[in-house]
Amino acid sequence: MYRLTTRTRAGTATAIAVPIFIAAALALPAVTSRGVIQDLFFILTMLTLAQIWNLLAGYGGLVSVGQQAFVGIGAYAIFTGVILLDWNPVVAILLGGLAALLLAVPTAFFAFRLQGAYFAIGTWVIVEVTRLLVAQWKSLGGGTGTSLPREATSNIMGTDAIRALFGVREAGARDILAYWLALVLVVAVTGGIYWLLRSRLGLALAAVRDNVEAAQSVGVDAGRLKWAVFLIAAAATGLTGALIFLQTARISPEAAFAVTDWTAYVIFIVVIGGIGTIEGPIVGVLVFFALRSALADYGSWYLMTLGLAAIAVMLFAPKGLWGLISARSGLHLFPVRRRLAGPKIEGGN
Amino acid sequence: MIWLDTLVQGILLGGLYALFAAGLSLVFGIMRLVNLAHGDLIIFAAYLVLLGVTLLGLSPWVAALVAMPVMFALGWLLQAAVLNRVLGKDILPPLLVTFGLSVALQNGLLEVFSADSRRIPVGALEGASLDLGLVTVGIMPLMTFASAIVMIVALNGLFYHTALGRAFRATSDDAVTAGLMGIEPKRIFAIATGIAMVVVTLAALYLGMRANFDPSIGPARLIYAFEAVIIGGLGSLWGTLAGGIIIGVAQTFGAALNPEWQILTGHIAFLAVMLLKPRGLFPRAVD
Repeated sequence: MYRLTTRTRAGTATAIAVPIFIAAALALPAVTSRGVIQDLFFILTMLTLAQIWNLLAGYGGLVSVGQQAFVGIGAYAIFTGVILLDWNPVVAILLGGLAALLLAVPTAFFAFRLQGAYFAIGTWVIVEVTRLLVAQWKSLGGGTGTSLPREATSNIMGTDAIRALFGVREAGARDILAYWLALVLVVAVTGGIYWLLRSRLGLALAAVRDNVEAAQSVGVDAGRLKWAVFLIAAAATGLTGALIFLQTARISPEAAFAVTDWTAYVIFIVVIGGIGTIEGPIVGVLVFFALRSALADYGSWYLMTLGLAAIAVMLFAPKGLWGLISARSGLHLFPVRRRLAGPKIEGGN
Repeated sequence: MIWLDTLVQGILLGGLYALFAAGLSLVFGIMRLVNLAHGDLIIFAAYLVLLGVTLLGLSPWVAALVAMPVMFALGWLLQAAVLNRVLGKDILPPLLVTFGLSVALQNGLLEVFSADSRRIPVGALEGASLDLGLVTVGIMPLMTFASAIVMIVALNGLFYHTALGRAFRATSDDAVTAGLMGIEPKRIFAIATGIAMVVVTLAALYLGMRANFDPSIGPARLIYAFEAVIIGGLGSLWGTLAGGIIIGVAQTFGAALNPEWQILTGHIAFLAVMLLKPRGLFPRAVD
């Protein structure tokens, strides 16, 4: 009679609305300008990074400030694939995920030796080592970086069809392709995380986050779980990094391993939106983009505002904007909490 | 002879890293707080000293003495008004708050002082050196190292021979029980962060006198400080000095082989120690 469920009415509504939303987003290039597509590409890739970091920190308790290592190595892997191995750029994106996965193994080995908060700085050291090593790699431009050659970017698979379909130039077609790939990636990552959290693994993750000893006492292998989350997050971050730099078509160690772009912004998006929820990063990236557009002319004041806003949120609303919204309205668009459902007990409330 | 020279330079450089690290180690030891803004606070203090020199016409030493109480007050305020509110079992909030502070400080400094690199002027002392027969050492590195030793002796004295130090150790061991004995942990934390900021000012003085600095170099100082603390083992200030020396020696030898390798060899030395001795060389605290 009674059963465990994660379903809510808002969750069902989301399940119906999301496919419609995705279909609309796929068709969007037909009616919007190239500038909008580029902005959306930026929003989608930042959202992907934010969802991944949220999985690490918000659900896995792994506060990494070194995710730019995986963005950077993914970016360099796609350039290696395209320039040195002559691969098709779209296929070479997968190389980005693979490279990040390989880097994540030694990173986790070192960083997991550091307890709690020191883990954060440990991941940062790995970034520095990777960045300095990559800067020594002369065939990809060393410290100054390099660009994707024109012949590689001009014959990406699918761009001819996009040109014919939308009547755009080659560069515009490349942006549309990158946008679609970003859309696929963000849906896959968000969907994957949502599925993960509703699976047994997600239950174990929540148990470890709430109480390690209690979780272990019922048979959850906390160590293995940490490894799994870290490796999944690294691979997904590598794919995103590869896609971002495929669109930029220009790479340098400074840009690929930038702590501001790939970690600071991402952390602020998650914190301001609401850590530990799937809705949080979505709200966060919208706020982030609005602030960015409004304060674009103020340079470093903008970053300073973001930093102070993150402090204020941690102090006064630790669950972020989405936390405030869902506390007021009881809304859960992506419900992961398990509730008991069944007939009302006689005489009970 | 060049190798002996490199070794001595590296050891002396370790003194600077120990100065960077001592404040971080102090705060972590007492309240298990990792301050990700530590490096940026060093740079902030360096600008404060620079202002004393350029605006008030003070000598760097006097300017640092003036800056110390200011930094103490700021540290006290930071802890009492912000960090005490987020300290708890969950490590996430304090990490994110100090990360936000790091970014805010960096960009605030950038806006006020621009990205130009600056230096605290020290006059003739800057290039002065001492001939020790086998090697020649700069006066400035020598003074840095001596200051690091004096500071460690002073901090250890404070820890083990004063009532305040006893309160620090008691709070570190068990804040709740310390509270039952009439110690107010939050007040102790605020004082500890204040003292850490005094140490930060001393580190900033030498950082600014020895080399150019600009608003963006804070995070790298945080990483060196962190590596020195971890190599030394948590809870031991002499261990932190040893950690600083290992990083310093690795860096100078790396630089002697190829200038591009200086920073990299420092990090690799850190990773090597982590591989062989995950708890550091002289661990005292159990964490």
